[in-house]
Amino acid sequence: MSDSTIHDVLILGSGPAGLTAAIYTARASLEPLVLEGEPSSTGDQPGGQLMLTTEVENFPGFPEGIMGPELMMGFRDQASRFGADLQTVKASKVDLSERPYKVWVGDPEAAEPTYLAHTLIISTGATALMLDLPNEQRLLGHGVSTCATCDGFFFRDQDIAVIGGGDSAMEEATFLTKFAKTVTIIHRRDEFRASKIMQDRALANPKINVMWNSQVTDVIGDQTVEKVLIEDTVTGEASELPVTGVFVAIGHRPNTDLFVGQLDMKDNGYLITQAPSTRTNVEGVFACGDVQDDTYRQAISAAGSGCMAAIDAERWLEDNVHG
Amino acid sequence: MSENVTNLTDATFDEVVNGASEPVVVDFWAEWCGPCKMIAPILDEIADEQGDAVKVTKINVDENPSIAQRFGVMSIPTLLVFRDGEVDKRIVGAKGKAQLLEEIGI
Repeated sequence: MSDSTIHDVLILGSGPAGLTAAIYTARASLEPLVLEGEPSSTGDQPGGQLMLTTEVENFPGFPEGIMGPELMMGFRDQASRFGADLQTVKASKVDLSERPYKVWVGDPEAAEPTYLAHTLIISTGATALMLDLPNEQRLLGHGVSTCATCDGFFFRDQDIAVIGGGDSAMEEATFLTKFAKTVTIIHRRDEFRASKIMQDRALANPKINVMWNSQVTDVIGDQTVEKVLIEDTVTGEASELPVTGVFVAIGHRPNTDLFVGQLDMKDNGYLITQAPSTRTNVEGVFACGDVQDDTYRQAISAAGSGCMAAIDAERWLEDNVHG
Repeated sequence: MSENVTNLTDATFDEVVNGASEPVVVDFWAEWCGPCKMIAPILDEIADEQGDAVKVTKINVDENPSIAQRFGVMSIPTLLVFRDGEVDKRIVGAKGKAQLLEEIGI
């Protein structure tokens, strides 16, 4: 399905950053092509991480809150309305060594790229981290879950655990109390990284307990999860907690594997942009959203940087291609 | 939803799955599940393209909890692939079309 057109703007990813960039570049008549990604249950998917959340209370303009998937459908419809071409596929390789830039979908060894573009806007976001424990993958879908909104229903009146200490962990724990008998938040430090409002809400919930300074060392169960093994991070003492469900919310890693060796990135893998802009070290390649943000990581800041990337790309095209 | 996809319930499940000569894909889903909604159009396409090679079905776990329970479904979307009435494959989590086709084995 090789396509010889050189697209003005090709956007990789379709969370708040990518779709805002699509809305802006589509309104500027640049006919953006958006490779929105492929379905998954990890956050690396069309619509991004908000597709796995419930109520979003802090996105301006929605005083009563809005469901994450509904908000993202709104972003998508708005981009489509202005003519963005949204394809539900994921790039498998990019070549940024010469212009126009080359993007492959499907077989990365194919001789010809699938798409060519004058500018790329990279908004591939971040993927939820797993614990990387011996039995975690085996028990995924059998008590271990990466999506509380999907799977909470199956743990009615059961004792379950949420692992993590950030906003996602607080949100999942609070959400899961709708179903579970008890929710234990297991966190390896003695304080949470989550925002105060999210912590306060979780800590005030009578169904939620917290195990501080605790690291999960394995998930145990024959067919389904029966317990987790825990090590105290201060004393080293081992213990176990009987639970039937384990929800993992320990953070994210940026989806930058495609760009290793081509774009400058920090030691933690996040792309480096040249503030105050969304420029990367390669001319005409811009980055926005969580893929380049290890500080704020909010839907609204991602959307804001998507707008910046669209304007940066439009100006770059005027100066270098259409000028 | 494609007209080639069959909606199952707790009452019709056994008859449809056991009565089929072709492999049967059962998609366990619910209204509140974002990733389930993302794979729905892909399953529609598979049903439309594969014709008689596979029977694509779905069952709402919220309205039909007993079948989900019988097969130990604790995460959605889960796809179970039945061959001759037996579970031959369990696919947990949303995936792209190429990967789904490969895992279903058609």
